[in-house]
Amino acid sequence: MTEGQILLDPTSEISPVKRPRRARSASLGGRRFGLLDINKARGDVFLDRIEALLKARGHAVNRYRKTRFSIVAPIELKQRIVSQCDIVVEALAD
Amino acid sequence: MMRFSDGLIAVVKRDCPTCTLIEPVIRQLANEGEPLTVFTQDDPAFPAGAGTVIDDTDLENSYHLEIDVVPTLVRIRDGKEAARTYGWDRTEWETLTGIRGLGAGLPESRPGCGSKTREPGMGSRLAVRFGDVKFKARNIELPRLADDIEACYERGWTDGLPVVPPTRERVLEMLGGTRRDPQDAVGVIPPDRIECTVEKAAINAVMAGCKPEYFPVVLTAIEAALVPDFGLHGILCTTNFVGPVVMVNGPIARAIGMNCKVNALGQGNRANATIGRALQLVVRNVGGGRPGEIDRAVLGNPGKYTFCFAEDEDDPAWESFAVERGYARTASTVTLFCGEGVTPVMDEISRTPESLAGSFAAVLRGIHHPKQVSNVDALLVVTPEHAAVFHRAGWSKQRLKEEVRARLMIPARELLRGYGGIDAGLTPEQAGNLDGTIPKFRPSGLNIVRAGGGAGKFSGIISGLGSITINSVTKEIES
Repeated sequence: MTEGQILLDPTSEISPVKRPRRARSASLGGRRFGLLDINKARGDVFLDRIEALLKARGHAVNRYRKTRFSIVAPIELKQRIVSQCDIVVEALAD
Repeated sequence: MMRFSDGLIAVVKRDCPTCTLIEPVIRQLANEGEPLTVFTQDDPAFPAGAGTVIDDTDLENSYHLEIDVVPTLVRIRDGKEAARTYGWDRTEWETLTGIRGLGAGLPESRPGCGSKTREPGMGSRLAVRFGDVKFKARNIELPRLADDIEACYERGWTDGLPVVPPTRERVLEMLGGTRRDPQDAVGVIPPDRIECTVEKAAINAVMAGCKPEYFPVVLTAIEAALVPDFGLHGILCTTNFVGPVVMVNGPIARAIGMNCKVNALGQGNRANATIGRALQLVVRNVGGGRPGEIDRAVLGNPGKYTFCFAEDEDDPAWESFAVERGYARTASTVTLFCGEGVTPVMDEISRTPESLAGSFAAVLRGIHHPKQVSNVDALLVVTPEHAAVFHRAGWSKQRLKEEVRARLMIPARELLRGYGGIDAGLTPEQAGNLDGTIPKFRPSGLNIVRAGGGAGKFSGIISGLGSITINSVTKEIES
């Protein structure tokens, strides 16, 4: 592994070097929501409100929680979110 | 090109016994008054007390001076090289410097050592860093501390297995495997119909794990896959199982160490594994042919990672597939076949050619479906123990092919829909004369090649697709 290594593009170069963000869902209909509390203060207040609003609109909502905001989410948690949700809302900062 | 000032230049490294032997000579030259520049490749403190010693551990000066051996002594006059000697040879050093009595007490001559610029892989590293090497492909600069292999995954450049990160140095090495210009077009790759240059092919060959000496085979494999008769676009986008199967004939297969013997269709040989993979990576990365997108295979097959082998030409009793196709024995060729997996033919009992041909036909009959008599091609891979049965009986390859074909003239009635309680099959209109027979394979659809280990009375069938738009293609490798 070297720092700032340069690789030559093996592709047809018809897509930009900088990968675009994943497109947002065109509609929220039928989407399964995950609300991730990373354990920052008052993140739960924000997510409780979001959950109430989503449920009022008939969406399925799952809640997830990290044990500490400063650690990377464990693989098991990430896999659970990926397999159970289409859209994730994360409460990042207090 | 760097300019060097007039005077003498000595290039040395401490690791070289001849350089350490002549340390007093360098000091002597430094003290004689004429300007002397010493470039030291490995230890800036060496040689001690020798005037202007320049740290050349990055080898920039050695690279521009094109040093092959240390010590090298160069005279620069009017900004140009006027004379050069290497190793230690008192007479030559005295002639070049014009100083008599150099190195009193030293032997008359000693050979030098290899310059650090000639260490393996160093040439391309220095050329990229200090030379005027230009690539047309986009540079992808990875973030500091990024894992390069993971970066290739994240960009979608891999087939699922790790790839060798395509650094400029590695690509330059790969381009050394051909005399073709990096910007030469190899062909237009489906499905996106993007022109693939030699350089793009080299980048993907690096990622596949090829050595530069495999590169001519890779280039020819790409060209063969692009011959319209092969039908690459159809092979890519079909719901069928197929992918390109690459077979190499001729001296190059042996030269680059391809496997045609034990486990010839299996894993374990770098050339076999990486040449087939390089073709598939070109299709993926340059052509945009990715599974789930244009590649709609229902199941695919593991050979779509790579499927490449050499025909065994050691046994002179049968001519090779390439010779059958009209190429000289001395020619090296690549054949592309639209194939799937391998079906075994296990017959350890037959000792007569008639019986063994019957076994081959019986297994070939079932390919795709026992009632399938169109869009089916096959390579019958006959192994040494089975081939010996035919050799003993004096059967040529052509004879075997004819005998198998004769056994695969299938009664039209057995191909009808509903026959044997199976709905699949031909309609009466398709079957035609119900008292007649229909061949399992079209005339060009069944071919025989040889490969495999010396023990085991098994042969193999590489089944595949064949139609008016999908045909095997052979191309000669340009030397």
